[in-house]
Amino acid sequence: MPPLVSDLRYLLPWQFSPTIFFTCVLAVTLYVRGLVALRHRVNGVGFWRAFTFLLGVALSYAMLQTYVDYLSAHMFWIHRFQHLILHHVGPVLIVLAAPERVLRAGIPPDLARRIRIPAWIRRPIQLFFGFLQHPLIAPTLFVGLIFFWLTPSIHFTAMIDNRRYDLMNWSMLADGLLFWWLMLAPRQAQGSAAIGYGTRLVILSLVTVPQLLLGAYITLHSTTLYDVYAICGRAWAISPLDDQQLGGLLTWIPAAMMSLVGIITVLHHMLHDPEATVIRSRGGFDPAVQPARGA
Amino acid sequence: MSGLICATAHRWRLAAAGALLLTAMLAGCAGSDPHYALKNITGLVSPLEFQLTDQDGQPVTAANYRHDLVLLYFGYTQCPDECPTTLTMLANALRTLGPGASRVRVLFVTVDPHRDSTAVLKRYVDNFGPQFVGLRPDEEELTELSKRYRIAYHYEKPDKDGNYEVDHSSAVFVFDADGRARLLALSDNTAQQVASDLRRLLAST
Repeated sequence: MPPLVSDLRYLLPWQFSPTIFFTCVLAVTLYVRGLVALRHRVNGVGFWRAFTFLLGVALSYAMLQTYVDYLSAHMFWIHRFQHLILHHVGPVLIVLAAPERVLRAGIPPDLARRIRIPAWIRRPIQLFFGFLQHPLIAPTLFVGLIFFWLTPSIHFTAMIDNRRYDLMNWSMLADGLLFWWLMLAPRQAQGSAAIGYGTRLVILSLVTVPQLLLGAYITLHSTTLYDVYAICGRAWAISPLDDQQLGGLLTWIPAAMMSLVGIITVLHHMLHDPEATVIRSRGGFDPAVQPARGA
Repeated sequence: MSGLICATAHRWRLAAAGALLLTAMLAGCAGSDPHYALKNITGLVSPLEFQLTDQDGQPVTAANYRHDLVLLYFGYTQCPDECPTTLTMLANALRTLGPGASRVRVLFVTVDPHRDSTAVLKRYVDNFGPQFVGLRPDEEELTELSKRYRIAYHYEKPDKDGNYEVDHSSAVFVFDADGRARLLALSDNTAQQVASDLRRLLAST
């Protein structure tokens, strides 16, 4: 094969998934249409906001529909990197861009007027969504999914079964979007699902603990926990314990850092939210009423 | 006020019910068959399907091996340790199995078609017994197989004489007479374990 063609092959899907392809195309199309529709507004979208959204979508797509997908099926640490992007980095970027307004503006107006979802479909979806976004369920699901798919016997079946492998990656991305939206979206944008900023800080701090413990357990474990990579073959020669330790570190450190990013974002919301008056009234947090010192 | 309390209680009940359901579903996913010594992969791995060339240069498909138990293994003839060890173990298992072994085929797919010509393959598999079949894919067929069975192989850098090793999967996939994937033999399984599980599979079909 000529060099250019053989390099391009790394950008092509290992296993083409129409669902992932069309979901990403739909998201980007709606977003770009929305950008065009909103381009003359006073409170426009801004370059960095659009860039963040598109980067989040592009990274998630790259994890699932390029050669990275093959590598993550055959190297534990790349699998952990893939899930770090799918469950943490990608969704955080997408949610930080607050894309709801742009995506809504991207729906063709005729279509938007004609679509009426009947109550018997809408109601169960709302109930299910309400359940997933419950302040106890959402963090349990967020951490629980990491533990579930990393249980060695379950990890094994996910890595040898194409359907379970797809389910695993979809569940991580979908849960990442739900969780980080609940944590990071401004309260006004969340409607009935909104939970207070204080609660969010507690949740963000608590979810780091089991992730740290699991990451440390994997990193420091002296025998191979996940035998599927030896059984099905690794992408290249690496000692199984090196692979496991790298994967453990990726589960351990960046996960905690993402919570820190989350906490900073929530603190930012607290300072700028006109309704979050509780903290201000207790004094000290509002820069506008800071007493001048040392003048 | 009472409406608010009611809504909150409702939300919690919903959460609890959902959590129970989820736990039950997850618990249902994990479970293994205690009857087999090998790893049970029934329903997890794709059925047997391929179009390859056998050691006599004849095109063959999975249909040629219907009504037989098929053991599918990926390797290469210049493999220094793993392939000969595994194939010898399988040969021992077939010997232990006795007359039932005539209904078993071991398909050895080379991951090194560049060096393993059909003639080389024929000489190699004949060492292990009449049930052993050497299969040679072209590059594209090998990629398809690696996607279908989720296995990896990787060519090491050649030395100064042009010799190279190939890292590859170690599993032996066991398919029943209908071509369904049933068991996975691992490198720590013994010939006795393989033989007794094959006997059980033969009895059930």
